[in-house]
Amino acid sequence: MSLVFAGICSHAPGITGRADMAAADVREPLYAAFRGMQQQLEAARPDALIIIAAEHFANFFMNNMPSFAIGMSDEYHGPIEDPGWLRIARTAVPGNAQLSRELIQEIMQTVDVAYAEEWKFDHGIMVPLHFLTPRFDVPVIPVNINCQGPPLAPLHRAWAFGEALRRAADRVPQRIALVGTGGISHWPATPDSGRINEAWDRDFLARWSRNDREAMLSYSDRDTYRDAGQGGFEIRTFISVAAAARGKGELRHYAPIPIFAVGCTVATMDVAP
Amino acid sequence: MSLYQLQKFLFDLNRDPSVQAEYRKDAAALVQRYHLSEEERDAIVRGDVGLIYVLGANGQLLMHFAAFLGMPWPAYIQSMRDGIVKHGPVRAGIYAMTTTVDEKVAGV
Repeated sequence: MSLVFAGICSHAPGITGRADMAAADVREPLYAAFRGMQQQLEAARPDALIIIAAEHFANFFMNNMPSFAIGMSDEYHGPIEDPGWLRIARTAVPGNAQLSRELIQEIMQTVDVAYAEEWKFDHGIMVPLHFLTPRFDVPVIPVNINCQGPPLAPLHRAWAFGEALRRAADRVPQRIALVGTGGISHWPATPDSGRINEAWDRDFLARWSRNDREAMLSYSDRDTYRDAGQGGFEIRTFISVAAAARGKGELRHYAPIPIFAVGCTVATMDVAP
Repeated sequence: MSLYQLQKFLFDLNRDPSVQAEYRKDAAALVQRYHLSEEERDAIVRGDVGLIYVLGANGQLLMHFAAFLGMPWPAYIQSMRDGIVKHGPVRAGIYAMTTTVDEKVAGV
């Protein structure tokens, strides 16, 4: 088979953890968009969900930081954060170690990746799963792109990784769904938390939606840091999804929600042959 | 090097309940295991989120230390502003403040 679904969404911990601090009329349309994405995902009947996240030192640290890492376990656990803080209960999430192994082996033909037989999910994966597979019944294959501890892999490597992921997905018999999670412009975990550059976000999402490779890869990290904050480095996850899906994207929801610290985004992308 | 050690402490604490228990029991003894400056040791023992922010710790690591200390979200955000006022700009890393101390972009 191949990819049967591709999309991107926000993963900010405030989306669940500070839900009550946002007005209902800004929060509920986001939640409705997540429900819409959940329905599309279910309709695609995936055997496994690859979720490309940009984790935040839950598993990987600067003592040994991979640019790209993929989980290879039959079971994962999360959230690593205080469940009361994130307002998501601790749970086990099924994986598929054999499928991971097959995908990793193929990806390695062109991109060197680390693998991990242990992985504790942080909000970068748990917040999307909370909405997209709320019964935690779809086997998940977690992927991490280092967007936290520079030096970071160049954007064209995130593209190459997405291409490798697609090639690998095309070679396994399972139906694979792919979701990239991250922020666009944001300055989380600083006093600026809530600052959002909406114009920059909309411009990036337009490049993503028309799957314009050159335009997506033209950002320098220096410019991204200036215009979109350190959180903007997470565009790598969205870029990998575009490289894998190859189609046109459809923005389902975008709204800056300062108390959630990010321009909250839900989008899907056609999977082109 | 010691900023790395400061962040390593936060990484260990965030992940490991036994380190959390040690911090609550005897933080001063716990920090001796890390190669830290006196300023860094004191900041950890006092739970001085504002100073740790100024020292340049990655915000994602520090956010969970603040939650572990029981700080509500608005108090955590304000503690970083207070740290800037008291100690000056962020000295390292990628989590510098770009707003002004009176500018509450998310209302907190």
